[in-house]
Amino acid sequence: MSSNSQKKGFGATIWDYMTTVDHKKIAILYLISGGFFFLVGGVEAMMIRIQLMKAGNDFLSAGTYNEVLTMHGTTMIFLAAMPILLAFMNAVSPLQIGARDVAFPFLNSLGFWLFFFGGIFLNLSWFLGGAPDAGWTNYASLALASEGHGIDFYSLGLTISGFGTLIAGINFLVTIINMRAPGMTYMRMPLFTWTTFVASALILLAFPPLTVGIFFMVFDRLFGANFFDVTMGGNTIIWEHFFWIFGHPEVYILILPAFGIFSEIFAIFSRKRLFGYTALVFATILIGFYGFMVWAHHMFTVGLGPTANAVFALATMIIAVPTGIKIFNWLLTIWGGSISFTVPMIYAVAFIPSFVAGGVTGVMQAIAPLDYQLHDSYFIVAHFHYVIVGGVVLAILAGTHLYWPKMFGTMLSEKLGKWTFWFFFIGFHLTFFIQHFLGLMGMPRRVYTFGADQGWDLFNAISSAGAFFMAIGVIILLVNVVMTVAKNERVGNDPWGDGRTLEWAIPSPPPFYNFAQTPLVRGLDPYWIEKMEGNKEGMVYAEPLGDIHMPNGSIIPFVISFGMFVAAFGAMYHMDDHAWALPVLIVGLAITFGSMLVRSLKDDLGFHISKEELIADNERIQKEARALEGGKKGGLK
Amino acid sequence: MAHDTHDIHRSRAEFEFIKKKRAAEMRGQLTSFAMMIFLTLIAFTLVAADFSNYLIVPIILLLAAIQVVLQLYHFMHMSNKGHGVMAFFMFSGMFVAFLTVLAMVTIVWW
Repeated sequence: MSSNSQKKGFGATIWDYMTTVDHKKIAILYLISGGFFFLVGGVEAMMIRIQLMKAGNDFLSAGTYNEVLTMHGTTMIFLAAMPILLAFMNAVSPLQIGARDVAFPFLNSLGFWLFFFGGIFLNLSWFLGGAPDAGWTNYASLALASEGHGIDFYSLGLTISGFGTLIAGINFLVTIINMRAPGMTYMRMPLFTWTTFVASALILLAFPPLTVGIFFMVFDRLFGANFFDVTMGGNTIIWEHFFWIFGHPEVYILILPAFGIFSEIFAIFSRKRLFGYTALVFATILIGFYGFMVWAHHMFTVGLGPTANAVFALATMIIAVPTGIKIFNWLLTIWGGSISFTVPMIYAVAFIPSFVAGGVTGVMQAIAPLDYQLHDSYFIVAHFHYVIVGGVVLAILAGTHLYWPKMFGTMLSEKLGKWTFWFFFIGFHLTFFIQHFLGLMGMPRRVYTFGADQGWDLFNAISSAGAFFMAIGVIILLVNVVMTVAKNERVGNDPWGDGRTLEWAIPSPPPFYNFAQTPLVRGLDPYWIEKMEGNKEGMVYAEPLGDIHMPNGSIIPFVISFGMFVAAFGAMYHMDDHAWALPVLIVGLAITFGSMLVRSLKDDLGFHISKEELIADNERIQKEARALEGGKKGGLK
Repeated sequence: MAHDTHDIHRSRAEFEFIKKKRAAEMRGQLTSFAMMIFLTLIAFTLVAADFSNYLIVPIILLLAAIQVVLQLYHFMHMSNKGHGVMAFFMFSGMFVAFLTVLAMVTIVWW
């Protein structure tokens, strides 16, 4: 069969990625499209900060500001942060547990394409009569009153991409439960795999409430139902509950993989085993559970009554305990380590104070009476940007540098990486630290402008200046990526020199079958154990060399998702009595269900890589490795 | 997948052991089947005896929960080995769903 070293034309490469079921290529797809949406969300953020640069600015109209603000939040959470984290989960988790692929490679591809088409659908709203404008939380009273199709783009787009995320979550759960290499017990799994596991469990339990909520919203808006319409006996608060039953676990879906990435970084670049591995694992699981018991702290001012507020306030404060355990464990991992301040490590060290600041303001807001003062002010904006940018985005940037060699086989420039870091880090604190004080001074969030007599001019100007610093940092990162791709200096298995887990024991990028022989895991940090015992191969094997069964690629996931995309347009314009809307809806669903039928009826048993091909491929890998040794050695050391 | 299957050869002792285990499992299934019929009888009697709805509804819900557990453990093989993760996920899911419903009932509709 095919070897991955073949040179392909441009069209063939595109076709290859459209049909791929390989977790490493799907990771690259997630990274590229998540990165694209990250830039889109970033441009929207810049528009917000330009509008608020000075009092009474008219860069954006009030209506456009609402759209930009809504799309900034929605894009960053659903289409940027989560997919980029899914990129790292796809790229690294199967390698860390010694698996050849995820449990359901076909579904993995389907999950990506659903997310992709959902995201495209949502963003097409800009060109088709206006984007959603009810905030990323889309509170029902506001959303039902919103004119045009903005909210419909939101609800249908998120339904489609939500299917994709749910599929991805289930896939990782099954993969991690069933496909661990011999010896890889639960308590030997690397922390990034653990956090992937818990985050996937949260996806499994948290996305259904969102789907139900959005379903009600679609029916209210498009088909004349009255779930949220108070005048017709509905209840508008139900949406808030549904949204936050999903929404609070959602922030843990984002932050747990971020914690995982940082845990890996601290261990690698301190050259120490993670301090308190067991405690870190149990803290992760605990955070997962608590995530479902606190949603109403987003709704303290709704009027739930003092008992409910007290219960949820207490539950919220408890979360600080496992999170604190993690912080101390990371500090003690660094303590006494042989630290090298590479770019990922700098991000990780900077993450600790930034995230703790966000956590502390979170506990402040957990105090319900104080929250009555802080609610809907810039203090809240500052808080959640401290946890999401200071936690998730720093982890994404750190992970990009850390895993770039494993995903692409080249190293991002350390020098440019440090420039990115300093611009981004200084810009981040400049933008958001001062927003705490704007909030305390009474500036409300989600308001498109402010008056010159309110005394908020200087702080807003400083905040906007910080946003430009962050933008410069991201631009330097893009330059770094382009230069690295252009230079194309290949690196070996373990470019950082101190890799501990299985993914660093195999070539960068790994062959498409990952492991020619399934590894045998002899303890926590298996690659480190082998290195310390002088094993040149970096692995011991659990099986003799033999044929490997691999899945075939397929275009069907793309077609299924495209059908949903078409059907969504039909459903949306059906409300306007367009004659063509119903046929479009039917054709779209026919494409989706038709391709599902094809998939069900056609047996696709995959193919086998023979032993001889594996041996030949291994010789090629050895030759490339020797060439790398002989020439200028890539990597850090 | 076809290439993964292989023949299993059992010794006499293993065979006896498996036979005994299956007999025990069968006994468990029959017992729980009898219990389920009994629980159903209780439910029907409650309704037939015309008790207050406030008594009948919670008791029937409780009986239903017991039935579900019996079903899962004796007929859907949750008592067998290797179902720990599944049980953990099911009970976590139920716990989360229960909390959600409880909160909805107490703070939205009460």
